[in-house]
Amino acid sequence: MTSNIFEQVRSIASDLFSIPSERITAESSPENIEAWDSTQHLNLVLALEEAFDFQLSPEEMEKMRNIGEVVKVVESKISATKS
Amino acid sequence: MSSDDKTLDLRKEIDAFIAAGAPEKASLRLGELWRKQSGSATAAFVVSRYEQLRGKLASVPYRLAIARSFTVEPTIPLLRAVAFVSGIDLTVHVGDFNAYPQEILDESSSLYRFSPDAVILAVRTADIAPDLWQEYSDLAPDAVRQAIHRVSNNFQQWIRAFRQRSQATLIVHLLEQPTQPNAGVLDAQLETSQSSAIRQTNAAIRQAASEHRGVYVLDYDALVARYGRLNWRDERKWLIARMPIAASQLNYLSQEWLRFLVPLTGKVAKALVVDLDNTLWGGVIGEDGMNGIKLSAEYPGAAYQSLQRVTLDLTRRGILLAICSKNNLDDAMEALNSHPGMLLRPNHFAAMRINWNDKAQNVREIAAELNIGIDSLALMDDNPVECEQIRAALPEVTVIELPEDPLQYAATLRECPVFERLTLSTEDQQRTAFYVEQRERSQAEQTFQSKEDFYRYLEQEADIAPVTPASLARISQLTQKTNQFNLTTKRYTEQQISELAARPDHEVFSIRARDRFGDHGLVGVAITRDNEEACEIDTFLLSCRVIGRSVETALLSYLGQRAAGRGKKQLAGWFVPTKKNLPAKEFYPQHGFQLESQNGDGLRWALDLKEHPIAHPEWIKLNVMNGENG
Repeated sequence: MTSNIFEQVRSIASDLFSIPSERITAESSPENIEAWDSTQHLNLVLALEEAFDFQLSPEEMEKMRNIGEVVKVVESKISATKS
Repeated sequence: MSSDDKTLDLRKEIDAFIAAGAPEKASLRLGELWRKQSGSATAAFVVSRYEQLRGKLASVPYRLAIARSFTVEPTIPLLRAVAFVSGIDLTVHVGDFNAYPQEILDESSSLYRFSPDAVILAVRTADIAPDLWQEYSDLAPDAVRQAIHRVSNNFQQWIRAFRQRSQATLIVHLLEQPTQPNAGVLDAQLETSQSSAIRQTNAAIRQAASEHRGVYVLDYDALVARYGRLNWRDERKWLIARMPIAASQLNYLSQEWLRFLVPLTGKVAKALVVDLDNTLWGGVIGEDGMNGIKLSAEYPGAAYQSLQRVTLDLTRRGILLAICSKNNLDDAMEALNSHPGMLLRPNHFAAMRINWNDKAQNVREIAAELNIGIDSLALMDDNPVECEQIRAALPEVTVIELPEDPLQYAATLRECPVFERLTLSTEDQQRTAFYVEQRERSQAEQTFQSKEDFYRYLEQEADIAPVTPASLARISQLTQKTNQFNLTTKRYTEQQISELAARPDHEVFSIRARDRFGDHGLVGVAITRDNEEACEIDTFLLSCRVIGRSVETALLSYLGQRAAGRGKKQLAGWFVPTKKNLPAKEFYPQHGFQLESQNGDGLRWALDLKEHPIAHPEWIKLNVMNGENG
């Protein structure tokens, strides 16, 4: 499951930031991805909400400082809706 | 997950087509990807790939600016993606947050410097009229009236100022209603209710828009209501990012914008080609027979009747209908003529291909018979395989694939942006009748020995008149839509036409034509510009339904006469070739014009008016009007 969500997040990030998904790792962040600015961060939030059908809180958006953190947030949201 | 894998494969296929230099195939797959998965991430992919294909596809470039009171940025990639898929290459400028009044009033603002083709003014009720929004309960009736007046005045001023500073189209969002009125159920009991105050303001904005050319309103409240106010709003995103719309609804806003951009860019369908079995009725007429097909006011036939109702509505917008169906002609005609559930009858269809031939070939023939381009056709079919075949064989055709549930058919057709129109002329409403008359004309033509005899028999009459307020919309529409007999293919908005006509050195004419079979309506436009020696033809076009019966010669001859009357020695004009205007190529040389020069854009032809006046065709009675030609 983990790797699956990682793959989905990767493919969303790859579309949004226009870079091949192979180059996206857990450490990818606004520091090393040029296209990841504040507008794209909002687009990332919206794309995740569309794809996983949940709503992110401001606190969760804050936490999403790199792809690894994004995956963690998505995973905890999904497990929260399941329980 | 399998659908994700599929779209991943599609993405790889698209990139392979781009790398292999196959832009049309890449574009077809991008359309497929967008239909399967139309979210924010996919939008970014679709836009970036279309940008790589720029210049390799026949997309219409268009510049859109958005002046706004809230965050619209996340909607832009969705809009650009759906526009690209619809053949519009959109460049978007977003104005500064809440800076729309200054941007509109200051003629040197970034809004005007962007030189947009169209501007959307998207302002929320909460932002422009907080008193009509959260503070409404505090207002005395007098204060309500003042608030309505203030907001209406603001919009009137902005619209007027915009029109003075720009020729671009303006699309104004009307104000939305709150999810719950502040007074609860009491609101509906009040004479000065919150909802009626907002409605009155909207009526005043609509009135202000109607007083100017090329200003349209977008019923934002109806849009929000269609998808549900509770789904639409996202209070949290409003508070943290000034984005009031939920992620899941952004696509609907971009689609609504597209419904304006499609008619503005001329990417419309002029005709809808329909299938019969399992489309206009349920079942197969050849097998189920007249009593077996489903078509009535009750379930399940009602689904098909609703679809027919929507189809009929399209004809009122000037959209032609045609049938393309694999069927025995007699079976199909019996249903069309006499099934009691049919709302559509044979006289609603401008062309019919009911046979067992190849569908793509039938569609090509329909385009030829209606004398419109294949890219002006939309095709509606219930069969996904046939839809895919048409997309592959005729990628220019807009394919409307009906969903599995017939109860969704009507809504699917209604949502289709290619049938949107922003204005309607008398000609639009009568178009189907024109085509039926045309069929009678062609039949008559075959009984005559010579063309001239046929022309005399037709008893043609033409009225030429300068542009008037009543004919402005139709004249602009003809410049936007006429592709074949159009010498320069210059597209003009109503606003531009009225500005050209106001210049002392320009003249704008329209021509109406009729004959013994009926009235063609307003079918031609000529725009001229005088210089010292010559009268230059800027625009000369005729609707394809009158070409070849010398109305074009009558109009040209009139321009020559007028120019000579003003002491001009020469009548001159360009032929600017496009993919579609081959029928106009020989027009000037056929009337004695000499080739003067030639460049990458086209050929310049000129005629010495003294030596070669253009004879008026004697079989056309010409009326020169001073006023209305509407």
